[in-house]
Amino acid sequence: MDTFLQQLVNGLTAGSVYAVVALGYTMVYGIIQLINFAHGEVVMIGAMVAFTVINLLVPSGLPPLAIVLIGAGCAVPICMLVGYGMERLAYRPLRHAPRLAPLITAIGVSIILQHVALMIWSRNILAFPQIIPSRTYFVGGAAITTVQIAILAICLTLMASLAILVYRTPLGTAMRATAQNAQVAGLMGIDINRVIAVTFIIGAGLGAVAGVLYGTYYGIAQYTMGSVLGLKAFSAAVLGGIGNIPGAMLGGVLLGLVEALGAGYIGDFTDLCRWGLPLDACAGGGNFILFGSNYQDVFAFVVLILVLVFRPQGLLGERVGDRA
Amino acid sequence: LKHYFDTRDKPWLIWVGFALIGLSLALLPFALAQVGTTWVRITNYAILYVLLALGLNIVVGFAGLLDLGYIAFYAVGAYTYALLASPQFNLHLPFWIILPVGAAVAAFFGLILGAPTLKLRGDYLAIVTLGFGEIIRIFLNNLSRPVNITNGPQGIARIDPFTLDGFSFGSYQSFLGLEFSGPIKYYYLLLAVALGIIVVNMRLQNSRVGRAWEAIREDEIAARAMGIDTRNLKLLAFAMGASFGGVAGGMFSAIQGFISPESFVLVESIMVVCMVVLGGMGNIWGVILGALLLSFVPEILRWTVTPVQEALFGRMLVEPEVIRMLLFGLALVLVMLYRPAGLLPSAVRKRELEEHVA
Repeated sequence: MDTFLQQLVNGLTAGSVYAVVALGYTMVYGIIQLINFAHGEVVMIGAMVAFTVINLLVPSGLPPLAIVLIGAGCAVPICMLVGYGMERLAYRPLRHAPRLAPLITAIGVSIILQHVALMIWSRNILAFPQIIPSRTYFVGGAAITTVQIAILAICLTLMASLAILVYRTPLGTAMRATAQNAQVAGLMGIDINRVIAVTFIIGAGLGAVAGVLYGTYYGIAQYTMGSVLGLKAFSAAVLGGIGNIPGAMLGGVLLGLVEALGAGYIGDFTDLCRWGLPLDACAGGGNFILFGSNYQDVFAFVVLILVLVFRPQGLLGERVGDRA
Repeated sequence: LKHYFDTRDKPWLIWVGFALIGLSLALLPFALAQVGTTWVRITNYAILYVLLALGLNIVVGFAGLLDLGYIAFYAVGAYTYALLASPQFNLHLPFWIILPVGAAVAAFFGLILGAPTLKLRGDYLAIVTLGFGEIIRIFLNNLSRPVNITNGPQGIARIDPFTLDGFSFGSYQSFLGLEFSGPIKYYYLLLAVALGIIVVNMRLQNSRVGRAWEAIREDEIAARAMGIDTRNLKLLAFAMGASFGGVAGGMFSAIQGFISPESFVLVESIMVVCMVVLGGMGNIWGVILGALLLSFVPEILRWTVTPVQEALFGRMLVEPEVIRMLLFGLALVLVMLYRPAGLLPSAVRKRELEEHVA
């Protein structure tokens, strides 16, 4: 039971970060049907900028919380700029090109961003400064840290505000209209280019925050961190039904939970000795584990594939017609 | 001059052209060996990428199924070869048995990937294939415990080179006064396989199957309404593309003599997709051009970036690897911005694009 609660807490924390990153993918996809492969890199840049700013400010003697907030405050606008820049330069000119063309530019942008980051921040794994004093609380046998609570709270706030923005404001209405039918939305007086740019900017801003949270949670940052994180977040977005905002949130949290619980239990479940097989290795309380927690990354994808096989439009996605 | 090269008047001119191309391809490794054996090796890897890109072209270019985990089949072929011809299990089967086995195993994996994903389309398919590629890699990385199959991240070493009746492709030999090093022999072998696969691709494109794939790519529902068995044909595309990847993987194993999961990371899949799209999806010559460009240009940059920097600034400012990747990323973006259908677009794509503009 302890493992279960503990993995639940860890899974929720990681999952809410995935969810915030997944929102960036799903918003862009919903509006222009593009897999923004470079979104993971935006998250990485957010973490890196925050890393630099926090390290610069640590000697200043400001309160730790203020330093982290300033760090995030610098990361968000920079990432927004990066997000806007790539939309403008790499995606907008290709809006009517064959579908794979923007995918390739996205990969190109991702490679460029990664290597620019490599030039600035070196290829080392950077220790993300842990300046917020962390306290650990015990709830029913599971340890939960203040950082985890903060991450959960921030992610929930972000998701709630995004939901309000998309479903309750004129800008959100314009975004949803553009997503449904850009041409008609344009005829109704919506500046499509502006709406798409704003979508990229909001997604990048969310990504920046997620990057800071990720860095704070795992304590490390590296120029390659964006690709795995991006991959998982994108899986989360597809899991929930790509283009669907509540879907991305659900997908992210589910993916985090599946991963954490899977990693926590797979070793026990695939221990052949546990199932009473008479193997040499089992003698004297030994074990014969087929799949250990090093298969953690497989879970995300296995679950994704299973969900898509049985529900090809994702958990919350609507079944769209095959041809418009 | 145009009249001079007009092949309609002089059909024999085509054969002269073929002979010239054949001659230069035959002499190429010796010219490259003058620069350095490294370049022969680089050429060999470039041909391997051509094989991969042509295999992926069947799936992506012909049938229109975006596969972002294609390198998994390369890995399956490579590991099949490595396990059956290395000290790992102390098996040393001859290559003409293993290569077909590798192709068959890879095709089987292609079916495993294809069967559950038949209903998926577009980006959903892309992410599932991507996940599939990662799953294969993670398994290769971890199947060293509790039973050691793949030797984990250390990889498998001392893989047998191709040998045929005492004639080893791996070793140095002198013949007719010419010096045949290992890489040069593999070059000819690879070239022969590549030519075979090019011919298969060309014949496929205009066959009944190829036309059916094209129909599926353009409009799956219409294709089914026309009586095309979309299920079997999509599976066939996956299996056939995968088997090409498997053959390439087996050859990679033998040439390299050592493989580890690190050779089969996601970036490699993406690289092959870039080759196909950059060159011009669906057009065999475009795909070959894309594969050759993306394998040679980075290598050339690797050898020129350092001297150029030293000449300009007096010292090395940025690592060559970084510049290489930056230029690569930039090239992807620029080519797509100015030639969204690829460098040599297929006739069908070109038509589509023009229609869209009109």
